Amino acid sequence: MNLQEIQSKIEAALPGIRLKPVRESLLIEDAAMLPKVAAFLKNDPVLALDYLSSVTGADYLKYLESVYHLYSVEKKTGPVVLRVRVTRDSPRIPSLVPIYRGAEFQEREAFDMYGLYFENHPDLRRIFMWEGFEGFPMRKDYEQEDSEILETADIEWLDRHGAKVPEGMRKKAADLKAQGKRAVAEKTGKSIE
Amino acid sequence: MAFSKNQSEVDEGLKGELAKKGVVVTTINQLYNWGRQSSIWPMQFGLACCAIEMIATACARYDIARFGAELFRPSPRQSDLMIVAGTVTKKMAPQVVRLYNQMAEPKYVITMGACSIAGGPFIDGYNVLRGIDRYIPIDVHLPGCPPRPEALLYGLMELQKKIQSQEIETTEWYQKGMKREYPVPDFGPHGLVPKFNPEVWQPRELDHRKDKYGEPILIGRKTKAPDLDAPLATPPVAQPPKPQTA
Ligand code: SF4
Repeated sequence: MNLQEIQSKIEAALPGIRLKPVRESLLIEDAAMLPKVAAFLKNDPVLALDYLSSVTGADYLKYLESVYHLYSVEKKTGPVVLRVRVTRDSPRIPSLVPIYRGAEFQEREAFDMYGLYFENHPDLRRIFMWEGFEGFPMRKDYEQEDSEILETADIEWLDRHGAKVPEGMRKKAADLKAQGKRAVAEKTGKSIE
Repeated sequence: MAFSKNQSEVDEGLKGELAKKGVVVTTINQLYNWGRQSSIWPMQFGLACCAIEMIATACARYDIARFGAELFRPSPRQSDLMIVAGTVTKKMAPQVVRLYNQMAEPKYVITMGACSIAGGPFIDGYNVLRGIDRYIPIDVHLPGCPPRPEALLYGLMELQKKIQSQEIETTEWYQKGMKREYPVPDFGPHGLVPKFNPEVWQPRELDHRKDKYGEPILIGRKTKAPDLDAPLATPPVAQPPKPQTA
């Protein structure tokens, strides 16, 4: 069954749904409809897409996306790719864990890296980064620390542990603090391109 | 690394002559160091792909047992050598430092592979430590991605040379009050706190990588993204060459 047929099948089963083919995938325009579509695809006797192989976050600057790859183990077909788009300001997507149990860790990963909030997820925590990490490192606007320049937090930590800190580093950290900045790695103009 | 080799003052020729008669002339230092260098027990832990090479080195083909270092111990209390084989992620780095602190003196560290030396192919990453030498002192750096088992054996031999050059009276771990422990970094909001321990490592004044290539290329805000709604650019179809008419 090709994408066109699957699209018309979903549209027939769920009247009022808006789908749009994007490349080899189906974009569900209203993110709230995702669980209904997934439940239909899973329970339909012909398609029987019973295996959610991956949940991927993606950042396209204008919007964030979550991409789902569905396979059918029973029919040995797949993948069928679904997409959901959300804005950067409110990246809320209904969770697929009630339908596919295996989505749990994958959604946690997408949350950890892209900051997509999966509503109704039973345990939405960071999975790779530690508790207390700030920001979502795979987003395109993530600001990575400059690992060569010590900041005041580092200096205080080193003082507490009795390590000697050179005066130059102290001064740099104090300057940064006075400017209210943190040491962020930025691209200089020079690059090999 | 420059070694001052422990040389005995007895003439080598005389030593050979005596050895033929069954008399061995040596010094306590040499005997002692020979014993230590021939039974280095490495710690059994690997962090990434380099660990596979380390395992190969320990197996039959390369056989690290020839150098007396075959007894991989699963406990830091029983090991002399830590081979940091693989990528040290920021999440793993505190554990590596803690393991180092738990090792008994004398202790040695080999960094194996580009990753543990400087971050390797992942140097631009938000999650990889740019070299474990930011927190603990290293004895032998072993470049490669991964270094071949021969390279690891070479590194081990270099370490043996270093051990051979040490003297019992002056080595630091027999001095009173010696405590070689380094503070274990904490997890911070953007990475590890501190970013490095300036007692162990400091950024270079001249950074040729920066001069030559600019700031590491992949970090910083990104401003480009593909447009999915635009039609795919189809590559031009190669035309079969026209048959040549004579
Ligand atoms: S140096 Fe290369 S082989 Fe070794 S851990 Fe890093 S990526 Fe893997």
